[in-house]
Amino acid sequence: MKYGTLLRTLLLSVPLVIAGCGQEDGASDATTSNEVTQSAGSSDGIIVDVSDPNAQFVPVLSYRTGPYAPNGMPVANGFTEYLKLINARDGGINGVKISFEECETGYATARSIECYERLKGKGPTGAAVFNPMSTGATFAITEKAPVDKIPLITMGYGRSESRNGGVFPWNFPIYGTYWTAADVLVTHLGDINGGLDNLKGKKIALVYHDSPFGKEPIPLLEKRASMHDFELIKLPVTHPGVEQKSAWINIRKEQPDYVLLWGWGVMNSTAIKEATGVRYPRDQIYGIWWAGAEPDVRPAAADAVGYQAVSMISSGQAQVHKDILSYLYDAGLGSGERAGVGEVLYNVGLLNAALVVESIRTAQSKYGEKPLTGEQVRWGIENLNITEENIQDLGLSGYMYPVNLSCSDHEGKRAARLHRWNGESWEYSTDWISADDAVLQPMVKSAADTYAKEAGLPANACES
Amino acid sequence: MGFFVEVLLSGLMAGVLYSLVALGFVLIFKASGVFNFAQGAMVLFAALTFVRLLDILKDSFAPITLSLIITIAMMVMLAMAIERLVLRPLVNQPGISLFMATLGIAYFLDGFGQTLWGSDIYTLDIGIPKGSIFILESVFDGGVLVAKEDLVATVIAGLLVVTLAIFFQKTRIGRALRAVADDHQAAQSIGIPLNYIWVIVWTVAGLVALVAGVIWGSKLGVQFSLSLIALKALPVLILGGFESVLGAVIGGLIIGAGEKLSEIYIGPYVGGGIEYWFAYMLALGFLMFRPQGLFGEVHIDRV
Repeated sequence: MKYGTLLRTLLLSVPLVIAGCGQEDGASDATTSNEVTQSAGSSDGIIVDVSDPNAQFVPVLSYRTGPYAPNGMPVANGFTEYLKLINARDGGINGVKISFEECETGYATARSIECYERLKGKGPTGAAVFNPMSTGATFAITEKAPVDKIPLITMGYGRSESRNGGVFPWNFPIYGTYWTAADVLVTHLGDINGGLDNLKGKKIALVYHDSPFGKEPIPLLEKRASMHDFELIKLPVTHPGVEQKSAWINIRKEQPDYVLLWGWGVMNSTAIKEATGVRYPRDQIYGIWWAGAEPDVRPAAADAVGYQAVSMISSGQAQVHKDILSYLYDAGLGSGERAGVGEVLYNVGLLNAALVVESIRTAQSKYGEKPLTGEQVRWGIENLNITEENIQDLGLSGYMYPVNLSCSDHEGKRAARLHRWNGESWEYSTDWISADDAVLQPMVKSAADTYAKEAGLPANACES
Repeated sequence: MGFFVEVLLSGLMAGVLYSLVALGFVLIFKASGVFNFAQGAMVLFAALTFVRLLDILKDSFAPITLSLIITIAMMVMLAMAIERLVLRPLVNQPGISLFMATLGIAYFLDGFGQTLWGSDIYTLDIGIPKGSIFILESVFDGGVLVAKEDLVATVIAGLLVVTLAIFFQKTRIGRALRAVADDHQAAQSIGIPLNYIWVIVWTVAGLVALVAGVIWGSKLGVQFSLSLIALKALPVLILGGFESVLGAVIGGLIIGAGEKLSEIYIGPYVGGGIEYWFAYMLALGFLMFRPQGLFGEVHIDRV
């Protein structure tokens, strides 16, 4: 065929095109941090082999491909770069180097389980702790963790009742559950209306991802609706959330006073665009913390200005970020783009890793400075006591609050701030707002008791 | 009444976009009798290529034009590569073999596109107006609110749909494409160059994918989810028939309007979130009366 020669020529040119684009795009095309590290510079002592008998193995469930990749990549970068920093700057945790391996889940529950099974036995002592980074996966792994004796840190996601350590000894939803987040949002709406009683007669719409994650706040919001006599309008959006016009037509019809956005990934930016289309004021939309990052607002550009979301940690750079830039990026060992260091989801990943590292450090104080098992690390998480002084030492001043857990309370302080998108960056718009535990506690107890009964578990293992 | 019209209109506008995606499937099915599972991946690949080139060429004298030309060239290359490496070795093989091959193409393109261009979310602004306007204010109290972006997208998609319909029905190449679809060997025996036709049809499907990708990408940002919008075309195809351009158009409009109306008027009674599966139910309902789809061809085989 006459185009055969042309085809061959064009196909041969593909590697050149790829090489050229790689130079333009830097490391943003990296599929795993290890690849970048090994090709970019000396990774001696920073990337530790999983088979190293003296290293503590930390599994990493990440999603760098698929519909949720724009959100999954910065989380994975923040998580893995903090682990690398601990190796590079501190020589590990009390001299115990951290080895890690990423497994691509694509944010799919089935693949998350595969990754869990693949990674749980790696390293000299098995996986120290899992961060499933998905509520659906957390629901599934919650059944497996007690059998394998591996703890789960589910920072800001997972089962809301899992803060009850008496029933869920292996789950640690540190920094807040969805019920906490929803309660913080309702409390804030009460604050700006002069009190929760003034929510009476108001309409609050919940636009949610039609998945376990999106449905999680509904019981709390229904309870609050009955307490304060406001109307809750529930509008589900099917995965991945690219088609949600019906929900916003409904919002135009109902004209709710506020919209709570419980989305993840592309659903969030689409929601803001649809809100613009139906002329719903963005400053009356409040997102969950998974709807409050840069990928959620940048595609909507100026339309997103004024939108607020509840936040576990916002964007910005503390001392630890400067260390990451100097120890990793200046040495050509960064996983992503330099500008991404300090973005919201990067910081979420980093905070997750900091909790993992501090848990291992705490566990070492009891079990010795050596690679520890998941069961030993579980003790470390449960006995975490991160003070303001520790936070300063970690280089995270202003970016995390003290954590003090116990056998019965696996969540810690139940508070969050709201941050607002100003068109360029996220900035805090409120001080810390506490959730009302008088509302949450009975719900947690009831849901945990039901779970314990169905699973045949003791109602409160902390009392035994 | 105004609200009903607003819902209907938004459904019809979404439907035109579904038609556009469905057309990509129909084109290839008509020419090769194969269901191209990779159409969604082609939408993503085309849009990713365009938006990343736009970034690379942003300082050039005509970034949009240059990016468009290079992207089209890449889609042509892709069509040629698929014909040479995948389709040609499978000539006269059962349809299911070709279908499975397109499954492979889909996974390859998904991965290749993201490896080449990254899997982040990329903002695409090609000057489509933002915001919304009220129309029909004199007819309905309060008027009907329509997003300008949707209106422009509908016009572009509509024009492309009409162009392709004419191309298929009225041109010599269009007739040749249909002949190839009916019987590969018979078409070859009367001098229709099979390979050439396949390259053309995959190229056209690639261009349709590019337009769909750019329209959706400017709405949602260019990202992996674009490959999933192909799923929205499936009920359209079931309803309209796999071989009919007109079927894709009408099917798209029915599905678009049906899913929005059902979500708004039936959804509240069953917990909402029904539009996704309601589209399939609607299509299946039609199939009970017309198994070949609304405009599909009735095949009568002698035994």
